[in-house]
Amino acid sequence: MADTPRTVTAKALWAENPIFRQVLGICSTLAVTNLLANTLFMCFGVIFVTSLSNLTISLLREYIPKRVRMIVQVLIIASYVMMVDIIIKALNPDIHRFIGPYVGLIITNCIIMGRAEAFASQNKPWISLLDGFASGLGYSFILIAIALVREPLGFGTLLGYTLPAKDLWWHQWTIMVMPPGAFFMLAIVTWACRGLQVSKEKTT
Amino acid sequence: METELAGLLPVVLIFASAAFTDNILLARFLGMCSCLGVSRKVDTSIGLGVAVIFVTASTAGINYLVYHYLLAPLGLEYLRLITFIVVIAAFVQLVEMVVERFSPTLYNALGIFLPLITVNCAILGISLFMLNKPYNFVQTLAFGAGGGFGWFVAIGMIGAIREKINEASLPKGLEGPGITLIIIGIMALAFVGFSGMVKI
Repeated sequence: MADTPRTVTAKALWAENPIFRQVLGICSTLAVTNLLANTLFMCFGVIFVTSLSNLTISLLREYIPKRVRMIVQVLIIASYVMMVDIIIKALNPDIHRFIGPYVGLIITNCIIMGRAEAFASQNKPWISLLDGFASGLGYSFILIAIALVREPLGFGTLLGYTLPAKDLWWHQWTIMVMPPGAFFMLAIVTWACRGLQVSKEKTT
Repeated sequence: METELAGLLPVVLIFASAAFTDNILLARFLGMCSCLGVSRKVDTSIGLGVAVIFVTASTAGINYLVYHYLLAPLGLEYLRLITFIVVIAAFVQLVEMVVERFSPTLYNALGIFLPLITVNCAILGISLFMLNKPYNFVQTLAFGAGGGFGWFVAIGMIGAIREKINEASLPKGLEGPGITLIIIGIMALAFVGFSGMVKI
């Protein structure tokens, strides 16, 4: 089946969503979702890197020798990650201090390698750009959903603003911003999304 | 003798804190992808775990030397990401060739996951976290080995639990990654108990 822009987007966003379907790129998902602001910066970084690295790798796909393609891909990705690292540092040093190591770890984010290897190395540039962008979006909307639960429940804030319910009738669940909370939230989201997909398959 | 002991103690402490209180998998969330992929069986988990201990300790050491004696004097710190990943990729390639030569069974069992060590975030993560800490060379080795050991312990236990869980009947949507994440979450809860025990 040929990949049209429509199917590529649909696949990346839902049917083959990088997070709950392919289980890629989990590390950063868990680490940065305790604050919504961190999550937004991280999503920006991932979308930027997947789109552009997919485009570049697709443009160069005829010229990269098969044997060394992994290392070439890693180098292309690493150079874009360096750019993102510098951009985030310039925009918001405070957030950079917290998510800095995880921005560096975008290099080893399996979504990006996975898309480069599975899609960009065999397809035309523009559709690869779209695929990378959609995969980044598919990753982002899950992250934002998780952060939207963890920050209010854990800190009683949203984007740094205190919610009115805090300390009135609501006390923070500190566990939500600690590591275990991240694992449980991701498990719940995975369960919900996969459950939806399973029930849809049954009805059709 | 006493000074020797004093020099040795922090190394042990660094190892313990990297392995338990700051467990790379359960508290820092690194190395999840290959963990979820490989932890279906205890044997493969342990095989990959040992490989990771070896690679983290070695690459942390190499990257320490490269960063402090090559990049820092030349003012090229911003190239650290690229340099580290190249060092790691080259080193893993080397390990892969050695394993293929001396233990074909292990090579077949680990299959695709050996090259994936390159993109295992635990390894790059250790090298990046190491930069934020004022360690000397020996302490860095201990930190790398401790981080790898913590990963090994975690993935070994997850593998053992998953072998049992395979026989349970679960809701369709929860099978595979879903239930594994919940197991890891419960283990992370247990490891939160370690926090504050060793503080470096």
